[in-house]
Amino acid sequence: MFAALKRVFVSIPIGFFTTLKNAIRKPVSFQYPKQKVPMYPRYRGLHFLERYEDGTERCVCCGLCAAACPADAIYMEPEESDKGERRAKIYEINLLRCIFCGFCEEACPEEAIFLGKEYEISDDDRDKFVYTKDYLLVKWPREKPSPVKFIRRNRRQYMK
Amino acid sequence: MFVKVVVVFAVLLTGCAYMTWLERKVVARIQSRLGPMNAGYHGLLQPVADLIKLLFKDDISPKHVDKFIYAIAPLAAFIPATLSIAVVPFGDSITLFGRQIDLVISNLNIGILYVLGVTSLGVYAVVLAGWSSNSKYSLLGGLRSTAQMISYEIGMGLAIVVVVLLSGSLNLVDIVNSQSSVLDWYVFKNPAAFLIYFVCAVAETNRSPFDLPEAESELVAGYHTEYSSMKFGMYFVGEYANMITVGAIAATLFFGGWQGPLLPPIVWFMLKVAAFMIFYIWTRGTLPRFRYDQLMNFGWKYLLPIAVINVLVTAFFKL
Repeated sequence: MFAALKRVFVSIPIGFFTTLKNAIRKPVSFQYPKQKVPMYPRYRGLHFLERYEDGTERCVCCGLCAAACPADAIYMEPEESDKGERRAKIYEINLLRCIFCGFCEEACPEEAIFLGKEYEISDDDRDKFVYTKDYLLVKWPREKPSPVKFIRRNRRQYMK
Repeated sequence: MFVKVVVVFAVLLTGCAYMTWLERKVVARIQSRLGPMNAGYHGLLQPVADLIKLLFKDDISPKHVDKFIYAIAPLAAFIPATLSIAVVPFGDSITLFGRQIDLVISNLNIGILYVLGVTSLGVYAVVLAGWSSNSKYSLLGGLRSTAQMISYEIGMGLAIVVVVLLSGSLNLVDIVNSQSSVLDWYVFKNPAAFLIYFVCAVAETNRSPFDLPEAESELVAGYHTEYSSMKFGMYFVGEYANMITVGAIAATLFFGGWQGPLLPPIVWFMLKVAAFMIFYIWTRGTLPRFRYDQLMNFGWKYLLPIAVINVLVTAFFKL
């Protein structure tokens, strides 16, 4: 009898108070397509190929990223540019194979390939998941400042 | 008269529609979510979108149902739910275009009996739906709800008897007039009666934590499992109309109806009903569902004796 009374007059009001407390708290959910959650500094999303400050590609098509890739997702073929420099003629990443481990970024001696923050890469056609150089190379002139410095700083911080 | 009916009906249905919005919002906030946000400002057009969706859905009626009863059962849910608002006074009489208009559709001298009679008709909708659907889930939901509604109606009746004893009238207008100051509200004169009424009202309208007839974790959707499109919509509207009616009657019986200072009577009445509705939703967001045997135990072993004692004590002091 006492337990029942305690339930009615103590436990249930406590429950009501708890829900009230939650109701006046700020909601934790995001309105996703309109409002995006900021990604953490080490988040690994869609790859991009970086350029030098004068706009030439950093990638020299050495093949180390393809060698480091555990999923064998990278394919490349080299060519020679007008200035006689080596660069990639074909550079493809199969995103259906890619596991976003970031080994390509670590292997790259030229600091050319990075994993960015972009994660909205779903599509309805399997063929569209092979991203070519046109997609991957950053637009020139740049739309956003280069993240290289930021990534280097993060590397120093985390990769010890 | 006719205009009054149309206006009240329209307000009631709009209230039902926005009740769904309010419920989704409040429950969402309780769960730290935002609820509907996209249709209109903070999802205010969501009820309209839902209505359009329901209207254009394919009306599937399964092969094995009892066609006639299956088709009329939703009406039996919807009509009694809206009927009982007829005797609830939502304001004093006002003078409009030189005519005096009483703000109650029908000033019935046995208003409470009418309310009890009409609301108990709602059981038929559930039973008939459960029976005619010829589905296990529907049948179980229907049976549960019959047992539940009948058991809890007794407690509700006894709680109302207390108010009748205190006010000395079965007429809702008289009951409101007898609670002219806040201290005269029957919720303060007899809080136990209000608590019993509230618990029974939640059980009567099949709302959480007494939503056993439609316990989705066990019975899919209970009695309306086989319904779709606007037939389902009828049950939905009926449920919300029932909630509003019960809230309106609670406000009338225990919270002084339309009486209140400063603001116009209708506003006071709506505020009280809205507060009651929010408490309904709050309850839904807080308490888990009862088990069936707990429900029956609680109804017959605790609620009913307490209600009877409450009536006896009140009657004793009234003598």
